Amino acid sequence: MVRLRELASIEDKLVSGHGLCLGCGIPIILKIVLRATNDPVIIANATGCLEVCTSRFPWTSWKTTWIHSAFENAASTIAGIEAMYKALIRKGKIPKDKKIKFLGIGGDGGTYDIGLQALSGAMERGHNIVYLCYDNNVYANTGGQRSAATPLGASATTSPAGSKIPGKMQKRKDLTQIMAAHGIPYTAQASPHRWMDLYNKAKKAFEVDGPAFLNVLTPCPTEWKYDESEGIRIASLAADTCVWPLYEVENGKYKINYFPKEKLPVIKWLESQGRFRHLFKEENKWMIDEIQKSIDEDWDRLQKLTQL
Amino acid sequence: MSSKIVTLNGNLAIAEAIRQINPDVVAAYPITPSTSIVEAVAQYVADGVIDSEFVCPESEHSAMSVCIGAAAAGGRVTTATASQGLALMWEMLYIAAGLRLPIVAAIVNRSLSAPINIHGDHSDTMGARDSGWIQIYSENAQEAYDNFIQAFKIAEHPDVRTPVMVTFDGFIISHSLETMRIEDDEEVKEFVGEYFPIYPLLDTETPITAGPIDFTDFYFEHKRSQLEGIENAPKVIEEVGKEFGKRFGRAYGFFEEYKMEDAEVAILLMSSAAGTAKETVDELREKGKKVGLIKLRVFRPFPAQKLAESLAKVKAVAVLDRATSPGAQGAPLFIETRSALFDYPKRPKIINYIYGLGGRDITPQHFHEVYAELERIVHTGKVEQYYGYINLRE
Repeated sequence: MVRLRELASIEDKLVSGHGLCLGCGIPIILKIVLRATNDPVIIANATGCLEVCTSRFPWTSWKTTWIHSAFENAASTIAGIEAMYKALIRKGKIPKDKKIKFLGIGGDGGTYDIGLQALSGAMERGHNIVYLCYDNNVYANTGGQRSAATPLGASATTSPAGSKIPGKMQKRKDLTQIMAAHGIPYTAQASPHRWMDLYNKAKKAFEVDGPAFLNVLTPCPTEWKYDESEGIRIASLAADTCVWPLYEVENGKYKINYFPKEKLPVIKWLESQGRFRHLFKEENKWMIDEIQKSIDEDWDRLQKLTQL
Repeated sequence: MSSKIVTLNGNLAIAEAIRQINPDVVAAYPITPSTSIVEAVAQYVADGVIDSEFVCPESEHSAMSVCIGAAAAGGRVTTATASQGLALMWEMLYIAAGLRLPIVAAIVNRSLSAPINIHGDHSDTMGARDSGWIQIYSENAQEAYDNFIQAFKIAEHPDVRTPVMVTFDGFIISHSLETMRIEDDEEVKEFVGEYFPIYPLLDTETPITAGPIDFTDFYFEHKRSQLEGIENAPKVIEEVGKEFGKRFGRAYGFFEEYKMEDAEVAILLMSSAAGTAKETVDELREKGKKVGLIKLRVFRPFPAQKLAESLAKVKAVAVLDRATSPGAQGAPLFIETRSALFDYPKRPKIINYIYGLGGRDITPQHFHEVYAELERIVHTGKVEQYYGYINLRE
């Protein structure tokens, strides 16, 4: 098991000076994930917060090879890089023992929505790549529009809480399950508040032979509307309420990595963020019961999957 | 294998070139009428004839994205598509050009929906004319093969580093058998040569940040510097065309002049219709008519000055476009040509015809009618209609 001191001594591949918001979950996640391999890492980054805030010409925050191509194609771009690596190894143009890790990164907009087709294709083709989705439940880079990852009841600028409609009326898409259904060697759901769990999952993802998918909950103070210092506590509430269960699917076997000692009611999670504030109005309170019911059902189903 | 005469269709001629060049990565999605190129490459890979990495993405958008990733990684990359496939790639075409990645694509020209139609016209590549790619149009399978081989040398030239699309007409060329020459494998490999990528991503000892965000402070300068590649291309296209001629006996320039020396009227067009037009020119020449033809090969970069010099010698010219540009002052080839002639004090009368949309035939009879109209214009000195259609029911 790795020690925190060891991890801290590894040089960052994403360095400070970037323009991500104060309290943003993305760099915390990246710093943990990029420590999980000693091999060089090539990153293909979808358009989004991370890309925009780390690559403003003539500066860069990256101390590892990085490319941005477009919004919906981080998976196909990294697949192309991996394909060239395989070709050049086979043709003897690069040494056979040269190890490189290939990492595609996108937010939930670039992954759940516009990039889902490219991601599905790359996973099905079996490229030896890792895809990391930093899921902050919203199109944060463009100012807070709803995505397929925006949870039931949340207010977003294109699913705003109004006098007639109390925020987003649809459930989230369960992308982790969709990726697991691809039958790839490794799929995991993680959160930055349990950094060791995230580190271990990233390490497994890098080490498996074939495609791996990591879905990491990413607190967003700007769009979730909470104090910048609260992100990690809010992430832990997501796990303790089972809004965001921490689990992995390794060669088809489900394993839950964290069982809350006491499963908290979802209201604890909802009251921590401004995007759910409208749910506490008298006329909207029925929504809270709906959300609780939906989360309980999903948690039950997940536990059953681990018994298969 | 030495140079040999074979019977192939346009798609299989391209597949032969791919076999000979053995690119590092081929990523392509099937679409009529380009599919048989992809199938042939897949078979070469399955049989171990080539050791390219062959990727079958789930869409053309991803096919071009894979090409971009692969080319940026540092190696030779090719693809093939047509019509809606090229349209779906559209976003990525600009990115391939903007990142200065020398990808070569075979585009089998096909009409665009709606209505859906699988036959040949130039709507697809004309839609991509401002994407930053070099565009080379081919009359027949031989030219498609020759152009495709030259395309790698042009795209990868250090002064150019710009993607190239080599096009030929769907079905008319892609699926019609033709007697043509395939050059010796080793000669082709030698001609194309080694590719030396600059700043390859796979050189992880030198990490780079590629495709960063530019704001108002740098975007303009970067777009300007991108243009240098295509501005440098004419010299390279000319050199490569000459070198190809020296080695294989078929030299290429920006366009082919057919019986233009003393021509009084001329037709300008691109691709497969040139064969029919040449036959008509021959017939009219036998009758003593001073008619000529120019078949444009390179549409981007547009050889404005050279073309204008050639056309300024005639009294009337008809530009035949196999695409439209709705709401514009004529179709793309016409607009470019008329603009090229603007600075010439002695310039010909110029008219525009749209022909062959959705694969509609154009026959010698139609070319006779066009030359007759040009003669009428020369005789009366008047253009009655500068824009018309050939073989259209109205």
